[in-house]
Amino acid sequence: MVQENGKEQTLALKLRVWRQRRGQPGAFEEHALAAVPTSASFLEMMDMLNEQLIKEGKDTFAFDHDCREGICGMCSMTINGMPHGPIPGVTTCQLHMRNFRDGETITVEPWRARAFPVLKDLAVDRSAFDKVIQSGGFITVRTGSAPEANNIPVPKPIADEAMDAAECIGCGACVASCKNGSAMLFVGAKINHLNILPQGQAERDRRTLAMVKTMDEAGFGNCTNYGECQAHCPKSITLDVIAKLNRDYLRARVKEFFSSTGKPSKGGD
Amino acid sequence: MALSGLVLAGFVLGHMSGNLLMFKGPEAINAYAAWLHANKGLLWGARIVLVVSTLAHLWTGIQLTLENRASRDGGPAVDATRRATLSSRTMPYSGVVILAFAVFHLLHYTFRTVALGGVEFGDNVHGMLIAGFSSKPVAVFYIVSMILLCLHLSHGVSSVFQTLGLRNERWRARLDCLAQLYAWVVALGFISIPLAVLLGLLK
Amino acid sequence: MKLDSKIPAGPLADKWNNHKAKLRLVNPANRRKYHIIVVGSGLAGSAAAASFAEMGYEVSCFCYQDSPRRAHSIAAQGGINAAKNYQNDGDSVRRLFQDTIKGGDYRAREANVYRLAQVSANIIDQCVAQGVPFAREYGGLLANRSFGGAQVSRTFYARGQTGQQLLIGAYSALSRQIGLGTVKMYTRHEMLDLVLVDGKAKGIVTRDLVTGAVESWSADVVVVCTGGYGNVFYLSTNAQGCNVTATFRAHRRGAGFANPCYTQIHPTCIPVHGEDQSKLTLMSESLRNDGRVWVPKDKADCGKPAAEIPEDARDYYLERKYPSYGNLAPRDIASRAAKEVCDEGRGVGQLVDGKRLGVYLDFSAAIKRLGEAEVRARYGNLFDMYENITGENAYKQPMRIFPAVHYTMGGLWVDYNLQSNIPGLFVGGEANFSDHGANRLGASALMQGLADGYFVLPYTVTDYLAGEKPGSRPSVDAPEFKAVAKDVNDRVAKLLSINGTKSPRHYHKALGKITWEKCGMARDKAGLEGAIRDLQALREDFWKNVKVVGSGDALAPELERAGRVADFLDFGIMMCLDALKREESCGGHFRTEHQDAGEAKRDDAQFAHAAVWEWTGDGQLPIRHVEPLVYEETQLSTRSYK
Repeated sequence: MVQENGKEQTLALKLRVWRQRRGQPGAFEEHALAAVPTSASFLEMMDMLNEQLIKEGKDTFAFDHDCREGICGMCSMTINGMPHGPIPGVTTCQLHMRNFRDGETITVEPWRARAFPVLKDLAVDRSAFDKVIQSGGFITVRTGSAPEANNIPVPKPIADEAMDAAECIGCGACVASCKNGSAMLFVGAKINHLNILPQGQAERDRRTLAMVKTMDEAGFGNCTNYGECQAHCPKSITLDVIAKLNRDYLRARVKEFFSSTGKPSKGGD
Repeated sequence: MALSGLVLAGFVLGHMSGNLLMFKGPEAINAYAAWLHANKGLLWGARIVLVVSTLAHLWTGIQLTLENRASRDGGPAVDATRRATLSSRTMPYSGVVILAFAVFHLLHYTFRTVALGGVEFGDNVHGMLIAGFSSKPVAVFYIVSMILLCLHLSHGVSSVFQTLGLRNERWRARLDCLAQLYAWVVALGFISIPLAVLLGLLK
Repeated sequence: MKLDSKIPAGPLADKWNNHKAKLRLVNPANRRKYHIIVVGSGLAGSAAAASFAEMGYEVSCFCYQDSPRRAHSIAAQGGINAAKNYQNDGDSVRRLFQDTIKGGDYRAREANVYRLAQVSANIIDQCVAQGVPFAREYGGLLANRSFGGAQVSRTFYARGQTGQQLLIGAYSALSRQIGLGTVKMYTRHEMLDLVLVDGKAKGIVTRDLVTGAVESWSADVVVVCTGGYGNVFYLSTNAQGCNVTATFRAHRRGAGFANPCYTQIHPTCIPVHGEDQSKLTLMSESLRNDGRVWVPKDKADCGKPAAEIPEDARDYYLERKYPSYGNLAPRDIASRAAKEVCDEGRGVGQLVDGKRLGVYLDFSAAIKRLGEAEVRARYGNLFDMYENITGENAYKQPMRIFPAVHYTMGGLWVDYNLQSNIPGLFVGGEANFSDHGANRLGASALMQGLADGYFVLPYTVTDYLAGEKPGSRPSVDAPEFKAVAKDVNDRVAKLLSINGTKSPRHYHKALGKITWEKCGMARDKAGLEGAIRDLQALREDFWKNVKVVGSGDALAPELERAGRVADFLDFGIMMCLDALKREESCGGHFRTEHQDAGEAKRDDAQFAHAAVWEWTGDGQLPIRHVEPLVYEETQLSTRSYK
């Protein structure tokens, strides 16, 4: 797209962008942008819109973003109905304007899910994800108490599989794309990362039960196997992690059901 | 959802297999029906399991749908679907139609309160089915419902594997195929009877 | 300004152990009576906050992002060094120490660097136990690779996402403590000032970015782990939110700022594509193993597609200038060489602001030699990333690269205990100046962040707290807190009320242009003096003409940006001043007046010291102090890559 003579193509765009203040109903606002370089990223296009709004003396659109290299997971826009936009496997910050047409109308919305309330415009509160992690997304190890690293051999396929799951950037596109607002892909990825590693075995059942409980309490929906999450995940995490989460959850529930309390039951002798 | 679905999916396959005895002639199907009715324990046991499974499937299904609608919070103004299949998106609807069908079906052939033509066939199941499906609207309703059952099963059966954690990316396509096959076998098996009656192949 | 480095006596190898044995302890029953504030939740911040909480202290942790897991440590790609010697190739604590101190061009403190090498092994143990999925060999043991030109393989890695995985490890430890209620986490809170009571750091003032509420927090000790200041150049590989505000506000309250002119430029980034660009993306340096760097010999060819430029019209300038190292010349040398050819007008790529700032990194020879499949196996993900950003297929045409700012070695001055010259203010990670001297080696930023957070601060902060009476911290109603909160409120109100004509981003871009051109890869006296004048004028213009839209009681990104840019403007002046006064070249600081035909020429006699700047007031230039660097066991040598 970039032309060698140094000139680059630009697009004229119509934008329908969500405007909302916390706790109040929102609505779309329409704006036009005249010359957006095709080499710009989607967020740079949003920067241009905001700079134009400042010139017009209007408030800018708030949106979350940080690293702009696809790893921090902060950016979160639903573009033409698709979380992170039309190109699979990339975050909004890595989506470039060459993927849009001149004269196109682009609708930009926040993540839509009950568990992710809108803070302002396109920025939502994803602290429910943190709460899930806080309830069990860790291996309990006190600083300084770790054994020598090579004392715990981890077969390469297991390490690779854990890494596949651990690539999750916690952006929430899975929730936003799910027609049920379910967080199973996120929670599945997190549980899988830790549950398959030898280091994670001691807390495996406890972790699974606690994280699923917190997830349910946070108001996320249930998985009905649409597969939209996988199709919109910028890291292409697969439904495997959900299948495994289900398996681990069943296992943990069954074990919990038949577990011994270690004490005689009341009425026993 | 998955467990009750598993029971119901198993039942429809069994039911369909039994029905195919229609093609072996009146004696075979009538003997099968008589055998079922003779084994009261088995019959009522199965009926109780089916009723319980249906209620559980219904109850969890309603709960799931309501919870999921609420969690979605309306969803985006622009709806874009990348991968979800038609069958997965229509589960509640196909489910409701199948439920309505099941009720009609029971009234039709089990309780025989809407026995079209008002004929009392006694133990002649073969004759009852032929008579029942001789009505074009009834046969078409059966066929349409079975197509919806096929849709419902093709997503439902593959979901069972996912819910029980027995699916991965390598097996996904194969399991989905298996589910499709299962759904089509059940549906076509069922459809073959009204269709055969309509076409005059079964008399 | 009193600068006592507090380096313990004794042989280098024993300093840390001897020192630890002497540090004071706090009785477990008393620990919960102390409140520790940790600002920043990257590797250093998360690790420190989790470790403090595990010890039993009451901890509050603040970050500006929506989750502690988003801190920019997450973007580090390459790996983390540790002296484990798993490869049996002769690595040791001493070798890691020597490589790091030499890499820093002998401008780091010996004792700190040695300690860093010592605790590096513990970091790997800790991270593995937390479930960090490091690369493994088939036998199940940890894999290593060599990195940054080291002669041993000591770098541990998790694909190209080592920083992400380490941060998730530290974040999970922190999350566990948050879940237990021992750490109170305040996300979307930005530290806007430091509160001193009787000369000691006793709290901070923050702004809740969601509600706009300005709040005061009192503590027994404040630990700042807020990263580097690379965004003073506007375009850098840093995250958009990375800023100098926390450390600069502490500096304004009396903390010395050390070596601000030490900034690292990474040679293999994707070039600037246009005026509206907000970010530069780094690609792994490993690309230079098989790519050849060139530009056209003739300016007139620069606008042509690469394929139309014949072989004999190409200048493989790195191979020409540095025949022995060629395309693998060190970061700073490769970066400066790229700048030189572009300054000559021989850059490639699109014109941005009238210039072509890019050089070719050509894989056609490698594809011929190895086959496209092998090149894809080695660099496929990088080629994909490049194509995603530029829309160009690097298998068919050469990549274009250009250097970009990526790490800052300078930071708040700290002693051996990582305590600043303000008692009770500790600084960890990239925010301090302690370990990398004038240049940081690859795979050692992650090492330092975690070393500070897990294995240094827990000991040294405890020692400090042992000297503070439990329960003696002031109330947030104390006049000192009221005064600082008023300052913060006034500043926010001022920014919102100027209502000028230019956006905060306009000033940030203008600032970046000055700092990058005059205080970037190559610096000289005239340029730096001009930059200081330009920055002073820009600062004046900012406070007259900035327009900050939005309201103070809601999420207001422009207000956040304006506050950060305002601090960057003051900071930029100090950075240029530091570069001006350091009349030598060392590591990432290259003064064109001080070179040996392109090689940095150090002046150990006059500049073997850390320059520490003291704030003197708005509109005035800071004062320079020095902490001499004493080398007890290291022989200073000169680098040569010809």
